Amino acid sequence: MTRPLDVARIKADFPIFGRLIRGEHRLVYLDSAATSQKPNSVLEAERDFYTKHNAAAHRGAHQLAEEATELFEGSRQRVARFLNAESDREIVFTKSATEGINLVAYSLGNAKPGSRFHLKQGDRIVVSEMEHHANLIPWQELAARTGAELKWFKVTDEGRLDLDGLESLINEKTKIVALTHQSNVLGTINDFAGEHKDVLARIKEVGALFLIDACQSVPHFKVDVQALGADFLTFSGHKALGPTGIGVLWGRSELLDEMPPFLTGGSMIETVTMESATYLPAPKRFEAGVPNMAQAVGLAAAIDYLDAISMEAIHQHEMNLTKLAIDGVSSIKGLTVIGPKDSINRGGVISFAIEGIHPHDLGQALDQYGIAVRTGHHCAWPLMRRFKVVATTRASFYLYNDAQDVADLVEGVERARKYFLER
Amino acid sequence: MELDSLYQEVILDHYKRPLNKSLAPNPNVQVHHVNTSCGDEVTLNLHLDGDQISKVTWDGVGCSISQASTSVMSDLLIGKSANEALTLVDEFQAMLQSKGMDSGDEERLQDGVAFAGVSKFPARVKCALLGWMAFKDALQQASKK
Repeated sequence: MTRPLDVARIKADFPIFGRLIRGEHRLVYLDSAATSQKPNSVLEAERDFYTKHNAAAHRGAHQLAEEATELFEGSRQRVARFLNAESDREIVFTKSATEGINLVAYSLGNAKPGSRFHLKQGDRIVVSEMEHHANLIPWQELAARTGAELKWFKVTDEGRLDLDGLESLINEKTKIVALTHQSNVLGTINDFAGEHKDVLARIKEVGALFLIDACQSVPHFKVDVQALGADFLTFSGHKALGPTGIGVLWGRSELLDEMPPFLTGGSMIETVTMESATYLPAPKRFEAGVPNMAQAVGLAAAIDYLDAISMEAIHQHEMNLTKLAIDGVSSIKGLTVIGPKDSINRGGVISFAIEGIHPHDLGQALDQYGIAVRTGHHCAWPLMRRFKVVATTRASFYLYNDAQDVADLVEGVERARKYFLER
Repeated sequence: MELDSLYQEVILDHYKRPLNKSLAPNPNVQVHHVNTSCGDEVTLNLHLDGDQISKVTWDGVGCSISQASTSVMSDLLIGKSANEALTLVDEFQAMLQSKGMDSGDEERLQDGVAFAGVSKFPARVKCALLGWMAFKDALQQASKK
């Protein structure tokens, strides 16, 4: 058992909870799956970098450049420790998780015939129907550029990966499998070390590469890349209390060191002539240009904050809130939860639809009560089609939410329902 | 309360009982517009009789604002000349982009003025304009034919 979170104390660390919404309401922020709020320690870390240490990392012989380099590389080590990576050489800083996925897709696309990373006609790329557009479109494009075919896992009515036909879906032609760790719409956790270990075993059996989109998992529960058995994993800082403009791609060194670069330019080269260049090993090979240093430092501060509370306690807290929320909204007339209704392998995201009220209208009404939810297709249009809805309303929880936030959500949805359907 | 200034009775009426929401066959032009941020969709069929708008029929899915606004637009513009219709679209658009400063001319925009409140909600302006921009696009395509 983990200790319950002291949410009042946590909220006090986040200055945004001091403001009022639409004039009179406290902020009930239930949109952390889109982006999280930032604690003072993260804001201070960024400010501290700019006020005391700002210089271009890895360049210049002066003191500031030395300090900036140390802080930037220190952040890399902090991320490596957080993910339990074998080495900080496995941590590539990107501007976002989207860039991390594109990096892998473009790198594979740049591989020459004969390379183990080369894709060609007849090869296969496998994703799932529950992917965010960021883990779908880069693969559609890679398939179009190389002639490889794109295939996908379907999703069951309960919102789980449909494992029927696993053996024929992931076949000997499969070069890469890219799956989400937790759906940003359904809340479904794909547990590749437990429930879905067959998927991992099959990927290994055919020798395909395995990328995990961990945007919704790394910020919310303990992720250990060595235990997971994947080849690549990516997440964004801003969903994990960190700043925008910083993302992480973790990859096994032996792969990263051999993969062709994606973005090219300064910092990633070994030698350059007018005709050609050779490249540094990873992670530098994939970090062209002056990096987002203050943002990396901010991310390290965010990780310190999360670890001080403990990822286990955060996950337990979110599971409790999710159960409360599912029980609460399920009592509302005409409301359907889209996604698993149990608590097994399920994170703090719930999507729902109410008959007769479009999510955009519902979200607007909730906003008037100070409740911030996400409405729309959540960058998962194919999944909306799968469940035959145009859009959903989504509430997502984090360490700064409490039972009162859930109660306000349930009451707000009921109030909005009456406003639109019973006036 | 603010919410009532957005969701006027007339908007919810049009949402529940939309006008001209059934695509008439053989249009001069058909267009399909999507609000990419939320997935709202409108398909619009435009029938012209010379310079006159003889029919505006449509089908769509989306929030009450986008669907009601399309209903109001179709009712207002049928029977107008192409130039009159374009002027009304421009007036409606100006009202929507006025951030609450322009309450609209009821004589001219009729039920359309119910959407004046939407202009205070920047995220919803695109919803209210979806059907109107589809109409404008259809008319422009028709004039090129």
